[in-house]
Amino acid sequence: MGTETLEELQNKAITEILEVYPAKAAKNRAKHLGVDTPEGVKGACDKTKSNKQTVPGVMSQRGCAYAGSKGVVWGPVKDMIHISHGPIGCGQYSRAGRRNYYIGTTGVDTFVTMNFSTDFTENDIVFGGDKKLKKALGEIDELFPLNNGITIQSECPIGLIGDDIQAVAKWYKKESDTPTIAVSCEGFRGVSQSLGHHLANDSIRDEIMTDTTARKEFETTDYDVAIIGDYNIGGDAWSTRLLLEEIGLRVIAQWSGDSTYKEMAITPKAKLNLLHCYRSMNYISRHMEQEFGIPWMEYNFFGPSKTTESLRKIATFFDEKIQAKTEEVIAKYTKMTDEVIKKYKPKLEGKKVMLYVGGLRPRHVIGAYEDLGMEIVGTGYEFGHGDDYKRTKEELKRSTLIYDDVNEYELEKFVQAIQPDLVAAGIKEKYTFQKMGLPFRQMHSWDYSGPYHGYDAFAIFAKDMDLAINSPVWSHTKAPWETKEEIGA
Amino acid sequence: MQDVENIVNGQKLFLKPEYQQTLKNKTEFESATGATNPDKVDEIAEWTKTWDYREKNLAREAITVNPAKACQPLGAIMAGLGFENTMPYVHGSHGCVAYFRSYFTRHFKEPTPCVSDSMSESAAVFGGLANMKDGLRNCNAMYKPEHIAVSTTCMAEVIGDDLNAFVVGARENAEGELDDLPITYAHTPSFVGSHITGYDNMMKAMLEQLNPSRKDKVVDEERINIIPGFEPYLGSLAEIKEISSMFSDKIVMIGDHEKQWNTGAGEYHLYAGGTTLEDAKTAINAKTTISLQKYSTVQTAKTIKNKWKQGFETCNPIGLSGTDEFVMKLSELTGKDIPAKLATQRAQLVDAMQDSYPYMHGKKFAIYGDPDMLLGLVSFIVEMGGIPTHVLCHNAPRKGWAKDMQAIIDKSAWAEDCQIWVNKDLWHLRSLMFTEPVDFLIGNVYGKELYRDTGIPLIRIGFPIFDRHHLHRYSISGYKGALNLLTWITNGILDQLDEETKDIAKTDYFFDCVR
Repeated sequence: MGTETLEELQNKAITEILEVYPAKAAKNRAKHLGVDTPEGVKGACDKTKSNKQTVPGVMSQRGCAYAGSKGVVWGPVKDMIHISHGPIGCGQYSRAGRRNYYIGTTGVDTFVTMNFSTDFTENDIVFGGDKKLKKALGEIDELFPLNNGITIQSECPIGLIGDDIQAVAKWYKKESDTPTIAVSCEGFRGVSQSLGHHLANDSIRDEIMTDTTARKEFETTDYDVAIIGDYNIGGDAWSTRLLLEEIGLRVIAQWSGDSTYKEMAITPKAKLNLLHCYRSMNYISRHMEQEFGIPWMEYNFFGPSKTTESLRKIATFFDEKIQAKTEEVIAKYTKMTDEVIKKYKPKLEGKKVMLYVGGLRPRHVIGAYEDLGMEIVGTGYEFGHGDDYKRTKEELKRSTLIYDDVNEYELEKFVQAIQPDLVAAGIKEKYTFQKMGLPFRQMHSWDYSGPYHGYDAFAIFAKDMDLAINSPVWSHTKAPWETKEEIGA
Repeated sequence: MQDVENIVNGQKLFLKPEYQQTLKNKTEFESATGATNPDKVDEIAEWTKTWDYREKNLAREAITVNPAKACQPLGAIMAGLGFENTMPYVHGSHGCVAYFRSYFTRHFKEPTPCVSDSMSESAAVFGGLANMKDGLRNCNAMYKPEHIAVSTTCMAEVIGDDLNAFVVGARENAEGELDDLPITYAHTPSFVGSHITGYDNMMKAMLEQLNPSRKDKVVDEERINIIPGFEPYLGSLAEIKEISSMFSDKIVMIGDHEKQWNTGAGEYHLYAGGTTLEDAKTAINAKTTISLQKYSTVQTAKTIKNKWKQGFETCNPIGLSGTDEFVMKLSELTGKDIPAKLATQRAQLVDAMQDSYPYMHGKKFAIYGDPDMLLGLVSFIVEMGGIPTHVLCHNAPRKGWAKDMQAIIDKSAWAEDCQIWVNKDLWHLRSLMFTEPVDFLIGNVYGKELYRDTGIPLIRIGFPIFDRHHLHRYSISGYKGALNLLTWITNGILDQLDEETKDIAKTDYFFDCVR
């Protein structure tokens, strides 16, 4: 890296990238890129523009509102059927790709990995799709009688052709007594997945939070909590649940990984809502606070430092019995995680990591890497807002590149300039960096491993990072007859 | 708790007793019937296996469950990536492009370049011209393509954006930056047809827009074009090119995406391989164009036959007879004898078929996939003496396909036992497999849930395949490709035979070391 400091290198990379764009795009992108340091005042975490329109014509990694509603929030609710309403593609591309684990008999009482589509034809566009939707609802109930509700997830055309899916849902709910919930999450709405999360939260607020049936007969305890914003990717919510139960709490609901209708409906009976993915579920947490007086707190179960810190914070909401148990649990697991660190830190210490993910992970996973001695030198959000960037500031340990809605071109150039030892992002980016000979981990799907939440999961995380960085395969990139060159040069 | 000496991931972690207890605790709060009334789940699960359920299932008119098709722009992107230094550009919202790129990347384990112009609410109201003006300029500045292939999402189609006018408008607005850049465009509405329709529309548009009009064509009597179609097997593209080169060096593949999704380690290149733009721009001059996927090139064929007045042929070089027809067609068109090398390959394939036939003979198959691939695969199954009991094509074209398939099935001694299912999905297939079971299922990754539910083993052939590695690198075309098919299917059958005979002191008398 020569004599330049990390910060200088990072700033230089931004300047060089912006030179490529036409003036209008350069002006726009400049607001989304920056550098921040733990000591920095009004650095990139405060200034970065976010949740804005993507510059047209680039390879953005962003998804859409439908992805945020059907793919993220609603899709994992396992005993309900989620209709991808519109043309065939959206439901197919989002089928069974997120690893939202669940227990159930698929196609009989649970439906997460299936794809239900109204498969629009030209006729439906011209004459409207409400009639087809009505028929589809009836067919679903006949063939899948154990479903506990149906959601209708709008694809782009629905909002453009003047269909009234809300009316259809209302009609069918009355007709059949099946919870039927329409979400107008057309992909062109908003600028990313983020609006879809919000719309999905709102639909839960309006349709499930108002259903008091299950709540009435539910017997509460003083230790009832709900896990909010954990999609059980690779089983994350299960490894979270275990720890919460071990400290003496009773988890009455998971939102929405491995979730069921009833769990969501009884959540207003919880004493505390534990919010992991702030971005996608802060809305419903705030609603439950206002409507039912349930406090909520953000926690972070990535890596032992953050898990321990979070458990202690959770315990402060409860009595001394819980607090004492929490310390026991921390002590029990810390012995194991210390061994994990002893085993893996020597192999990972000082390795530089660049992150690019969505939701909570661009900041939440920093602690887990730092526990292993790995150094985060760049991070950014696909669909974060200003409050996400502000929260990121607290996690910075050194000069860090901050990039919002970074596109394929920019990320590639950043990586070439900063030369990290590991890139952790998504499937679309994965092979680009592996081609350059760089270890890569998918941090959306845990690269088909996981879980990564909690103490046991940290052992898996450490093992996976070691596997990625220290695999012999990266050493084969150069043929023995080639001279040694800088990677990516 | 984890044993640090033996750290396990979720697969085995959740089998530990403390996790099993946690999962059990959870059921108290659940509404899923498996938690509230497990017997009911068994009852309904059994019912889904019955003829009664099948009849209700097959009567579905409005809801599609577990489709075996995707939408138009996906195919348009594959078509675009068949040309050198070409950036596929999707006019519409970027969520679609994120999906397309993920989908291809999970199949090929390779990056997939494609941009969108990120249309949003304002574009829904005012149209997407502003997005295209900025988008084409930005795309050109950053990715420096030599050709941009524009397709559309359903959003742009519903609001009625006029691509021709938009491209003209964007050029005028670009201060000369786009002047020398070919920009082709096709309307690819997701609510019409499937991904193969999008391939067809984009291919047709590129050929029409890159080539001069018929009055300017200069016929090259020796030149032959080959359009591969929506081909997920990169090895097939290589194989077709190799076979072609044995006949003539003037056979040109139009839409050659082999290299784009098969680059080596060491350096990342945004663009790789592809038909040269020079070859694309002179496609009209060929004597004949051969399409290897008749039903992925229905519209493209019209351009070639009617506008260009060029010879147009279709071949389907999957399986023995399909390859025979293809090489004979090349021989006829080039006036060259079939090379000895190909005759040898054919003899080797037939020899292998004669070595392995007892295992496929009389076995019943359920098979689904894209229309042209199915024609080839079913033909091969029939050639081997297998029985294509259920042939299901979700995206079968309205005209001709079922008839073509019936003609292939009619060659089988068991033709009467075989059924063709047009425009049916994989939840239909589930009922068919329960009520009229088969020995093996052939299909893409989504077949694995059918395998789980019915116990009928899945042999993975098709698109997409996300959960097995590197199959897309092989050929399923030509004699060598047929040998791959033979190997996969035969060994799939033998794996199952081992599976069924491995019980110690019960069935393992048949667990033979020699088969």
